[in-house]
Amino acid sequence: MKHVIDIKDLSTEEIDELIKVAKDIINNKEKYAHKCDGKQLATLFFEPSTRTRLSFESAMLALGGEVIGFSEASSSSVSKGESVADTIRVVGAYSDIIAMRHPKEGAPLVASLKSVVPIINAGDGGHNHPTQTLTDLLTIHCEKNRLDNLTIGLCGDLKFGRTVHSLITAMSRYKNIRFVLISPKELVIPEYIKRNILDKNNIEYCETNDIEEYMDQLDVLYMTRVQKERFFNEDDYVRLKDYYILNKEKLEKAKEDLVILHPLPRVNEISTDVDDDKRACYFKQVEYGKYIRMALIMKLLEVE
Amino acid sequence: MNIDSIKNGIVIDHIGAKKGMQIYEALKLKDLDCSVAIITNAKSKKMGRKDIIKIDKDIKINMDVIGFIEPNATINIVKDDKLVNKYKVNLPEKIVNIAKCQNPRCITSNEKELDQVFILTDKEKQIYRCQYCEMSLK
Repeated sequence: MKHVIDIKDLSTEEIDELIKVAKDIINNKEKYAHKCDGKQLATLFFEPSTRTRLSFESAMLALGGEVIGFSEASSSSVSKGESVADTIRVVGAYSDIIAMRHPKEGAPLVASLKSVVPIINAGDGGHNHPTQTLTDLLTIHCEKNRLDNLTIGLCGDLKFGRTVHSLITAMSRYKNIRFVLISPKELVIPEYIKRNILDKNNIEYCETNDIEEYMDQLDVLYMTRVQKERFFNEDDYVRLKDYYILNKEKLEKAKEDLVILHPLPRVNEISTDVDDDKRACYFKQVEYGKYIRMALIMKLLEVE
Repeated sequence: MNIDSIKNGIVIDHIGAKKGMQIYEALKLKDLDCSVAIITNAKSKKMGRKDIIKIDKDIKINMDVIGFIEPNATINIVKDDKLVNKYKVNLPEKIVNIAKCQNPRCITSNEKELDQVFILTDKEKQIYRCQYCEMSLK
């Protein structure tokens, strides 16, 4: 039995296989419509996240399975003081697989240590969100038809942005990847990511606070939101939240086949005038998220 | 200053100055029913100043605790007044319930019964990270 708590829990071969299956699902939806007949997914959302929960539920329903669960802690026994370990032992008796979101970092790992069914981390605070990373990888693969030989711009909150850290971790496994790290100086990428991932894997990268400086070189531009909940000081948040606003003018020098991604929800960091640009892929990304979750559920349930 | 030599027991040597009490407390040596001596600020050719702990009993001690606090420490085992074994401790790969995660967003801040587990992620810089939230130990 396998759990997916961190993107590092999946080997490069496993990720490539998931992408292959997800692409096959996209082209042959009927073929997969009964793969999980009789199976139940429990979505345990200890904090609300409507889009991620719906993506998991939609994925399981599209596989012919069923869904149980709760969408916030107040409607579960957690509000009575039950531990994560106890909740998981109980829910494991009712379901075949669990997707879990929790505000506390490391809670899904605790769950995986006690669970008798596979656990998928659907986000634990500002820590990990592996299915978002899988979504990003599938989107890049679908749009560029490769995961190697890419220059990837990451823009916004690179300090606290878990999606950015996971994407760097995952993409660093592929050949000839170059990163352009675009952030204000207050939100630069943490030293340990540079040391333990970029330097360790001899990945080329450069840092800038100017979104347009390397725009003409990018194959992928991954925009992120500056998240209010990561700041202890409201003034810092207000000062930095609109530091980058991607609009049509800023894309003037960009490649014709640039892929613009965003984990969503966005606030102001991508102007709505970009939405109609053929390079804007952030809404397609949402749909890809369902297909990669379908592939992952099948893999963890060992459904052929 | 004279400290009696021990007949059967353990001498923890080459402890950095001022770290002796930390090891004494972490190993809960005050709970022992034998003599325990802590020598602090002893002169050392190699270290300048060092601390030494002498335990007048052959007890089982948690090497991970010593390795985590002072990876350069040396353990000397004494039997019948003779030094029978001498070895250096290592930086442990994993420590359990020796340090506490300070991240208020970590699950261990909610669920107090969980083991506090830290994994050595950077041997060179001696960086440990919480098994659950991956916050580095300060």
